[in-house]
Amino acid sequence: MIPEDTVVDPMYFVVLATILFSIGAVAVLLRRNAIVALLGVELMLNASNLLFVAFARSHRDVSGQALAFFVMVVAAAEVVVGLALIITLFRSRQTISLDEPMDLRG
Amino acid sequence: MLSVTWLAIAAPLGSAAVLLLGGRRLDRWGHWLAVAASTTSAVVGVGVMADLLSRSDRAVQQHLFDWIPGGELEVSAGLLVDPLSVSFLLLVGVVGTLIHVYSVAYMEGDPRRRTFFAYLNLFVAAMLLLVLADSYLLLFVGWEGVGLASYLLIGFWNQNPPFASAANKAFVVNRIGDVGLVLALGLMFAHLGSVDFAGVFASAPTASEGVLTAIGLMLLLAACGKSAQFPLQSWLGDAMAGPTPVSALIHAATMVTAGVYLIVRSGPVYAGAPTALLLVAIVGAITLLFGAVVGMAKDDIKRVLAASTISQIGYMMLAAGLGPVGFAFAIFHLITHGFFKAGLFLGAGSVMHGMGDQVDMRRFGGLATLMKVTWVTMGLGWLAILGVPPFSGFWSKDRIIEVAFIGEGMKPWLLGGAALLGAGLTAYYMSRLFFMTFHGKGRWTEGQHPHEASALMTVPMIILAVGSAALGLIFAIGDSFVTWLEPVTGHVTHEDPVLAVPVIMTLTLVLVALGIGLAYRQYALLPVPETAPVASLAVQAARKDLYQDSVNSVLLEYPGQTLTRTLVFADAKVVDGAVNAVAAGTVGLGGLVRRLQAGRVRSYAAMMLVGVVVVLGIVILAINGKGWF
Amino acid sequence: MGEQELFWVMSPVIVLASLTLLFARKAVYVLAGMIVVMIGLAVFYVTLEAPFLGMIQVIVYTGAIMMLILFVLMLVGVDQKESLRETIRGQRWIALAAATGLVVLIVTTVYRIELPIRDIGGMNDGGNPQVIANALFGEWVLVMEILGLVLISAAVSAIVLTHLPRSGDRRSQAERAEERVRARLNPVNKPMPGVYARRNALDVPAIDPEGKPVPASISRVLKARKQDKDGSEWRAIGKDEAAE
Repeated sequence: MIPEDTVVDPMYFVVLATILFSIGAVAVLLRRNAIVALLGVELMLNASNLLFVAFARSHRDVSGQALAFFVMVVAAAEVVVGLALIITLFRSRQTISLDEPMDLRG
Repeated sequence: MLSVTWLAIAAPLGSAAVLLLGGRRLDRWGHWLAVAASTTSAVVGVGVMADLLSRSDRAVQQHLFDWIPGGELEVSAGLLVDPLSVSFLLLVGVVGTLIHVYSVAYMEGDPRRRTFFAYLNLFVAAMLLLVLADSYLLLFVGWEGVGLASYLLIGFWNQNPPFASAANKAFVVNRIGDVGLVLALGLMFAHLGSVDFAGVFASAPTASEGVLTAIGLMLLLAACGKSAQFPLQSWLGDAMAGPTPVSALIHAATMVTAGVYLIVRSGPVYAGAPTALLLVAIVGAITLLFGAVVGMAKDDIKRVLAASTISQIGYMMLAAGLGPVGFAFAIFHLITHGFFKAGLFLGAGSVMHGMGDQVDMRRFGGLATLMKVTWVTMGLGWLAILGVPPFSGFWSKDRIIEVAFIGEGMKPWLLGGAALLGAGLTAYYMSRLFFMTFHGKGRWTEGQHPHEASALMTVPMIILAVGSAALGLIFAIGDSFVTWLEPVTGHVTHEDPVLAVPVIMTLTLVLVALGIGLAYRQYALLPVPETAPVASLAVQAARKDLYQDSVNSVLLEYPGQTLTRTLVFADAKVVDGAVNAVAAGTVGLGGLVRRLQAGRVRSYAAMMLVGVVVVLGIVILAINGKGWF
Repeated sequence: MGEQELFWVMSPVIVLASLTLLFARKAVYVLAGMIVVMIGLAVFYVTLEAPFLGMIQVIVYTGAIMMLILFVLMLVGVDQKESLRETIRGQRWIALAAATGLVVLIVTTVYRIELPIRDIGGMNDGGNPQVIANALFGEWVLVMEILGLVLISAAVSAIVLTHLPRSGDRRSQAERAEERVRARLNPVNKPMPGVYARRNALDVPAIDPEGKPVPASISRVLKARKQDKDGSEWRAIGKDEAAE
């Protein structure tokens, strides 16, 4: 049993997670290196995970932790596919810059 | 033979189809197939006439099949065999066949001879359908078929742009007439409830005079288009662009006679519309003078003959416009004219053939000794058209002049005077043609060796010449032709003309002799200049067809073009402008949106994030506004 | 040390480490910063009564996924430096404005809610792994199954994406040798680097029978990094000549 006054207000975790999420989003928007952008996405996922866990504790419901677990699994899958794409891109263009694939131009 | 009348149409039609679809393998003998088909029509015609003569009831209607079984409008395709249609059947069959035979030699060496014969057959088939039809609707099918075939034949040498435009001219002018026929059909159906001859003629006496006059005027418009009557005469002169046998066919047997046929056939309609009938006579009178005046000034042998056709058809229209009393003489003159005009045209073709396609009469002369057969046959035709007794023109044309003098008030004097004057003019210009071509000194261009044509060409000419010479006399004995036509035209008691018949005849012959004498002095005795001399304004006007093309241009072409240009301008600026503005706006919007789609993944990500923020903001604002918290 | 103190110590560390995402020019540094963030989050998970997730975060996320990314980073060129100059006009301002807007929106909205702080225990009775296992294979079993499919399809797709089909037939050793002769290349294998019997390091070139170094025997990677040696100190001829 932890005394209640020592418990951190979940509010703080919300603020922290929002800051991390925004940093991840800005990284995706501003960094040209595909791997860094991928890491930005990872940071956004982790920020949401932090919220899941914090709310799970706040609500005394372990489902939040289960969902955080699922997010990790999805993140793992996403990283695998993302890295495969990056490697294919690198093979065909010798670069992993996100500004390169201008073939998408409409 | 009555039961196989349809064969007269089917044979040339089938032959045309075979020739057109058969391809080059028919090139060697295809023209003989065409001749055989045309001969079949002629033979059927003879047989049908024989059958008809042995019957007391001389109008046989044959039902072929139900054509348009459409509620109120029920039209069946059928043939009407009566003296009038059989006369045409014989004329078209016999003259058509002779022209076919002549064409075999005339078109020898033309790479498209097979096509030419296919068109000729089509022409004959369409004309026979026109005259044998038992309803105005079926007649209209033949009417359009004749228009199509004439277009194809006039423009047969369409690699030459003026020839192609001549074909277009004929086609377009004919369309104007066709509009009249279509309107007449509509009026008949609306007011008389029927479009077949029997139905129309049965209900015509009960219809109001206004309706009948409207129908009559529309039919007159149609007849003017097809028969090259004033004011739609301009196409016939240019129709000389076609090969000469085509001209012969158009002028003698098919096409231009259709208008006269239409008027005569519609006699019961005109019986209730005296105004329309009078207009027919006036149109005929104007046209006969018009053609004669133009014919006097032309140097092109074929154009002189074309002008003469316009003039002679004018005579027929004049006769038809005089009512039942003139119907029989109109057809009479039509038949005799068919023979001598065909003969004249074939003769002209023979002359052109011998002179290397030269058509300028000022470069002919002195051909009488070199082309004896042509000289004699054309001479007979010339005497026939002049109305010199006892040749056939005398028997038909003089009767028309006589009939024109029947009536009261000013009418007989004007119409009769025009007809009388026309006879004199005809004598002058036909003699001019004859003397310029065959007499006087030879004015040939260098390297020309006039020679007589082959038997294939001369034999038809001889047969036609015999017809020109004798046919009138045969028909006139005991008024046999008039009696023969009575079932159609009705029996009319002959009134006396305002002048005594012998006086009219004498006047006519004097005028004719005067015309011949003038022409002989001017073109046989005196030397003929090789180029047309400077002449008075009147002659210059006549040389230009009395400015018919200019009048058409000013009255019809320019206003039409202005209207078209205005419409095109409105279409381009207003209608297209609106459409184009919408398109340009879309393109501009696309250009703006395109900048967002620059292919930069990070831009897309930024848009996504901005979108998330905006949506989130909206949702939060909405929730706050609803007071859910 | 109490929970709150831990939060106030760890959260600046995490935020600072995450800022490498925006400011570090080398991807490796970014990755290192991310690893710090991951471990810091693992610490938070443990304090938030989720020790199982904390372990998973360290072992799977940091130990496996981040290492995988590091692997790929090595593969595509660890040296690539990225210019931080923005090339798309306005992109930086859009990103900053959107991120700020997001933070402001969420914080101001969530700030007005009073979240329950109940710490009466009972959530992890019987041990956190068992409780999570019950949830995963009880209430969430269907999601669990579906995520299995997602993982499998991700693995297959990664293989398909990176698979390079061989173009043309496999060439035999004899054919390759023939090609080399035809192209007037050295028909025999390149010598291994290192001067045997004295030294076997990769950065020293081999010495041919005449005693001269063979440059082709050294990996070009070492040459590119200027980490190769010319091997003069190991040359027999060189010493002999010096002695003379």
